[in-house]
Amino acid sequence: MSSVLYDVPGPRAIVRNRILGVITVVVVGAVLGFFLWRLIDTGQFTAEKWQAFTYTNVWVQIGLATLRTLAAFAVAAIGALMLGFALAIGRMSDHAWIRVPVGAVVEFLRAVPVLVFMFLLYYGLPVIGIRMAPYWAVVIALIAYNGSVLAEVIRAGVESLPRGQKEAGYAIGLRKSGVMQLVLLPQAIRAMMPVIIAQLVVTLKDTALGFIITYPELLFYARFIGSQSELGSPIIPATMIVGAIYIGLCLILSFVANTVEKRLRRSSVGVRIAQAEQPTQEITDTELIVTQRGTGSGG
Amino acid sequence: MNVITDNWDVWAEGLIGTLILFVAGGLLALILGIIVGAMRVSPIPVARSMGALYVNTIRNTPLTLVFFAFAFALPPLLGLRLTADVSLTLAVCALGIYTATYVAETIRSGINTVPVGQAEAARAIGLTFGQVMTLVVMPQAFRSVIPPMMSVFIALLKNTTVAAGFGVVNLGAARNYLSERGANQMLVIIWVMIIFVVLVLLLSWAQRALENKWRVAR
Repeated sequence: MSSVLYDVPGPRAIVRNRILGVITVVVVGAVLGFFLWRLIDTGQFTAEKWQAFTYTNVWVQIGLATLRTLAAFAVAAIGALMLGFALAIGRMSDHAWIRVPVGAVVEFLRAVPVLVFMFLLYYGLPVIGIRMAPYWAVVIALIAYNGSVLAEVIRAGVESLPRGQKEAGYAIGLRKSGVMQLVLLPQAIRAMMPVIIAQLVVTLKDTALGFIITYPELLFYARFIGSQSELGSPIIPATMIVGAIYIGLCLILSFVANTVEKRLRRSSVGVRIAQAEQPTQEITDTELIVTQRGTGSGG
Repeated sequence: MNVITDNWDVWAEGLIGTLILFVAGGLLALILGIIVGAMRVSPIPVARSMGALYVNTIRNTPLTLVFFAFAFALPPLLGLRLTADVSLTLAVCALGIYTATYVAETIRSGINTVPVGQAEAARAIGLTFGQVMTLVVMPQAFRSVIPPMMSVFIALLKNTTVAAGFGVVNLGAARNYLSERGANQMLVIIWVMIIFVVLVLLLSWAQRALENKWRVAR
């Protein structure tokens, strides 16, 4: 591996790097060790703290809470994609009376924190007589925020395409709608797929905000089970279990995003986009030395 | 307007709380993020993989879960008594640790935009490591890092509201306090939204100004 920051290491640098490596391991180990010691010292691994998780019903409830998290995510993801397309097309309109207001709406929705939007839907609207379940407050807020972000992503994708694509479309006699549907959007979506999936990971993460407005998702259940004193108030074990589920779900989605990105990079569209993003780098002498030595590693 | 003029104390306190979370969380995120970012681009394999593990895990953790762990799981673990100051410190830590991953990634990608040839040319004309860094690599990396770093801080500013769910005074929590005084909740929330839109617009204006001023011609 060659980097702009350092040369291929010589014998002294290799020794120094080894020493720094050992120091890193010691520091990280000390931090982890401290937390492990606190966990053991406060008795978090005793049977009493974990007895709650020996009951089938607790696991059924965790399963249901996971389903509620996923239900909010699924509807929010589909809604955000649809809203994203609508807003993106509005923002790219030729008519200023559509483009300008849609642009203002997108900027506004992106600037408002999702949680405050949830507050507005859940606590604010009842003032004017509109009541909704926490589920809908979570879903609508997520659709509004992520939809506006996706609109910008799609627009950026269309604008990153070479001008010739659009001109060729008009040249063969297509109207604006035809150029969009047949030429620009398919390429833009393909190029922006990794970013779109990454935004869906954000949507999944943000469903956890529902906890604050009493939507009974995973964190809400962790708080509930963690405050049961007859079960030994197992808040730390509950946090561990629920945290593992959340991180697991997000990692799966991130993995999908990475796979799509790698697959795109192999195909022609991906290559062009990747080149557009990073300055092209020819193989340098340093890299040749590394390859010849056979010490190259990815990174 | 009465909602604001009648309750100056709550709004001032909320704004101060938000600013403390933003500044202190941002500082912590910068310090941690620079350390982790340096680990991720270092020639030491162990440090690289530790940095990658940290970034990948925390980036796939909802911020609410990080807050949850800091607010509910950490105090019993460390034997903390939950006063207002302790809650605020825990919230700053949660924000800092979460945002640090984004700072680290921004720094890493900023350094990656500098072509390797630049450093090689600098070495070829006989500059020392320190000169290569301070004269050639860092000025270029710094300039390309600033605009995305501002986006990270805009996200951080909006994320401070999550602290409202964990009993920390900030703008996001204004609704909570004012509803007890019988204020119109909807108006309160709309004012909070307007304040955030203004703050975010200010930051993105600064971002655009810096971007135009410091664009690297390559």
